[in-house]
Amino acid sequence: MGPANAQIDLKRRFSLMRAHELTIRFVLLGCALASVLTTAGIIYVLVTEALIAIPPDKAFFQEVSPREFFTATQWTPQYEDKHFGILPLVTGTFLVAGIAAAIGLPIGLAGSVYLSEYASRRTRTIVLPILEILAGIPTVVYGYFALVFVTPYVLRPIFQGLFGFEVNVFNAASAGIVVAIMIIPIVTSLSEDALRSVPHALREAAYALGATKYQVSAKVVVPAALSGILASFLLALSRAVGETMAVAIAAGQSPTLTLNPFQSVETMTAFIVNVSFGDKPHGSIDWKALFAVAMTLFLMTLTMNIVSQLIMRRFREVYQ
Amino acid sequence: MSATVSESRAAPSESMRDLLHVRRRSTRSRWTEKGFEWIGAGSTWFGLGVLIVLLLGVLWQGAGWLTWSFLTNYDSRHPENAGVLAGLWGSFWLVSLATSVAVPVGVGAAIFLEEIQKKGWLRTLIEINLANLAGVPSIVYGILGMAVFVKMFGAFGHDPKLLEVSLYFTTIEIPLPFGRTVLSGALTLALLILPIVIVASREALRAIPGSIRHASYALGASHWQTIRHVVLPVAVPGILTGVILAVARAVGETAPLLMIGAAVFLARTPGGIETPSDIVRHPHGLVEAPFDHFTALPIQIYNWVSRPEPEYKHVAAAAIIVLLAVLQLFNIAASVARSRTRQRARW
Amino acid sequence: MTQQSPLRFQASFALSAGLLVGLSGCSVKSTEMSNQAQAATKKSGSSPGVASDVSLKGTVEADGSSTVYPITQAVAEEFTKLHPAVAVRVNISGTGGGFKRFKEGDLDICDASRPILEDERAACIKNKVSFIELPIGIDGISVVVNAKNTWCECLTVDQLKKLWEPGSTFKTWNDLDPSYPNEKIVLYGPDTDSGTFDYFTEVICGKKGKSRTDYTPNSNDNVLIQGVQGNAGALGYFGYAYYVLNKDTLRALKVAPGNDKTAGIAPTDETILSGKYAPLSRPLFLYVNKRSLGRPEIISFLRFYLERGPSLVKEVHYIPLPDSGNKAFTYKVSRDRLQSGIDD
Repeated sequence: MGPANAQIDLKRRFSLMRAHELTIRFVLLGCALASVLTTAGIIYVLVTEALIAIPPDKAFFQEVSPREFFTATQWTPQYEDKHFGILPLVTGTFLVAGIAAAIGLPIGLAGSVYLSEYASRRTRTIVLPILEILAGIPTVVYGYFALVFVTPYVLRPIFQGLFGFEVNVFNAASAGIVVAIMIIPIVTSLSEDALRSVPHALREAAYALGATKYQVSAKVVVPAALSGILASFLLALSRAVGETMAVAIAAGQSPTLTLNPFQSVETMTAFIVNVSFGDKPHGSIDWKALFAVAMTLFLMTLTMNIVSQLIMRRFREVYQ
Repeated sequence: MSATVSESRAAPSESMRDLLHVRRRSTRSRWTEKGFEWIGAGSTWFGLGVLIVLLLGVLWQGAGWLTWSFLTNYDSRHPENAGVLAGLWGSFWLVSLATSVAVPVGVGAAIFLEEIQKKGWLRTLIEINLANLAGVPSIVYGILGMAVFVKMFGAFGHDPKLLEVSLYFTTIEIPLPFGRTVLSGALTLALLILPIVIVASREALRAIPGSIRHASYALGASHWQTIRHVVLPVAVPGILTGVILAVARAVGETAPLLMIGAAVFLARTPGGIETPSDIVRHPHGLVEAPFDHFTALPIQIYNWVSRPEPEYKHVAAAAIIVLLAVLQLFNIAASVARSRTRQRARW
Repeated sequence: MTQQSPLRFQASFALSAGLLVGLSGCSVKSTEMSNQAQAATKKSGSSPGVASDVSLKGTVEADGSSTVYPITQAVAEEFTKLHPAVAVRVNISGTGGGFKRFKEGDLDICDASRPILEDERAACIKNKVSFIELPIGIDGISVVVNAKNTWCECLTVDQLKKLWEPGSTFKTWNDLDPSYPNEKIVLYGPDTDSGTFDYFTEVICGKKGKSRTDYTPNSNDNVLIQGVQGNAGALGYFGYAYYVLNKDTLRALKVAPGNDKTAGIAPTDETILSGKYAPLSRPLFLYVNKRSLGRPEIISFLRFYLERGPSLVKEVHYIPLPDSGNKAFTYKVSRDRLQSGIDD
């Protein structure tokens, strides 16, 4: 083989290699775009069923006025006397998420402060994996736990036995409690990250000024990590709002406008799962109502996520 | 979750701690000090307490019902005959198919973001998108899967079609739309775990120092060759950890599957494969399985939890034990993979 | 980094890369093949055939009433033991929910706890879904209270009407009868997709669908039972079988027609079969899509249903249809209808 031949061969091999590299690049780009497509798909599906449909079909909001949807106080899409007021579902969702937040956020935060400021290394190596296990337990298990343990063995003896409240089998409180257990690991591990990334110089400066450990933790470190903690709170809240199985099992399925935690309520997610369980036919108003509720839910969690990311971003800028 | 539990950073210096303990305060503030620490410790151990109560409760309710026949029986109207066979195989197929879709795509996306497109609007767009996808409630994925895979936007009307594709060795019958099949469920789960796989893979890739890439380039390797032969092999244990956690998530996921394939009663495994030996005896089942109806372990748990007869509470608890055992296997696998990463990460 | 490790992972990567290549190769191949081997799209189940017990395959999709569910589940369970390759999916979305799918041609079998309604029939005709109706058993809707309820034995239809009619202001047991305690009534009932709801509202409140809405509705009777079990002041109504299965924790009330409290009849096998438990006794049905009758697995499932029906209906605590008598609801009627449905 002459040298000229070899050069051509080399050139061809080189361009082959380039083509090869380019193809791979496009394949990888495709992979990366898959996640964008997922979001686009979610938005497309929600918008075409709930907001604006492709002409012969009608979307939910082309049949039901948004005014009724957001202000009416009854949710009876299946009854003869149809009402499409999402308020009972929203209050149900917020009731459960509120109970979860009231219990889960302080416990999660206190745990994270303890882990980052007080606990020994050994405690941390024990506790963090346990939290991970808790975080990995399927939510259907939490639902079972709420129905079989929390209501009969915790809520009933205390609130019905001692205080005389009437505790329904299905109630917002039991669901709220198990959702709290679910969000504690999220708050603890994310807040702990934020607390521990507070520079040591800050702590040392406070100690040098004569502050006690409590003062350093509560008045220096926590405020310094506040944005990270807030972000973890928001993520946890968005998880609580989007939680489905535990609330579908434990909170009941009656869309009543109430703030009584021992009453049966229905959350947005529970409605979606109940309606879909009956395999609703494509195109019926029940089917579309599902998308309208899903869109509301999606927008709510999306807002929380975006705000939490904005806070996180700010927090990163401060300490880098 | 794995991403959030970070490696331990340097603790405050020991001398600092000693200084603290020496300090004496008035009683009132000592109470605050102690009280604060106790609240913190209490909150921390609360998690452990709950876990113990939960596990003991489930064991107490379910252990007696967990027999071999529980693993080999289908659901039944007699609680003592009910079993998780259909759910176990259903979950197996769902998760295997979902993983085999999500892992290549997810790792590919991670490579694209970390090795190829390191800046620019496209990368920003994908990053923002990923961050938001991670917060989308799983039930919304269920709705997506329902509309896209199960119904295909109602494009096929009242007449579902059957697309026959003949390969050399067999014929695959693909229903269009996919309907309430394993395939629909698996694709939905794949979308759900995709962000987790991408995030974990990106972290694994990012942990690899640039110097070994430069070394590879210096030896004349192309971009892709460097990724393929140098970067990826080192990143595999890290990616594996993320993948295992994603799989664990997929195993326990219930809500989207309820939307896609929930049947209250179904006594059949995908493809009719009930034991591993059935694969040999009846290999065509492997091709049929993705297009079969399914139930899954968490779906069965949900169905049993909603039964009023007290016996089914025990059946549900027994199934929960099975599910938690499966998840624990994955957790162990993940921690093994992680410890291997740590050993390896010496440059 | 050691020398061995990249090699090992290279192998595993090669495997996954191989998988990728394999997949893409496969899809190319399949399109080639589909050109060669006329990948035919066909309507599912266009060729009728004879049932063959050994190699019977396919799917049976049943949905609808949760009252009928226990029967269909029992039949499905027994049927699948004989024909393991047939996937029988049974779901609960209420009679109305079932018909919504049935009229779209989405179901093979609709479990129904009431006859098909005129508008549902019209929708079926519009969508070219023709069907046959098979009576399979008799149920008596049971009005049920918690076992801790010691005060109430019997309610009249009038009382039930006042309790359940739209806009009812009855909040406590005391409202029903001054002799009852001032305990809050927590109401559980089927939702609007349920045939039980339609039947109950029609005979109690006078018009189908007329009901108060401030109760806990569900199309799944199991959830209603959990509710009644869990609240001392609860009252609910659902199918007889569900009551019998949970006799320890629930109590069925006697129901008296009109306003005469002494004429109360408790739901039992005898009173339901004889029609004495009035007005809440009613037949249960299967509706079968005629197009599905072209599929051998459906035929053999239905034959099995009607053969084993009487014993299984009894086993799940409903009342089997009599095999003779002048009623329109006998097994003979069902078998004849199935036969003529197949002959069509």
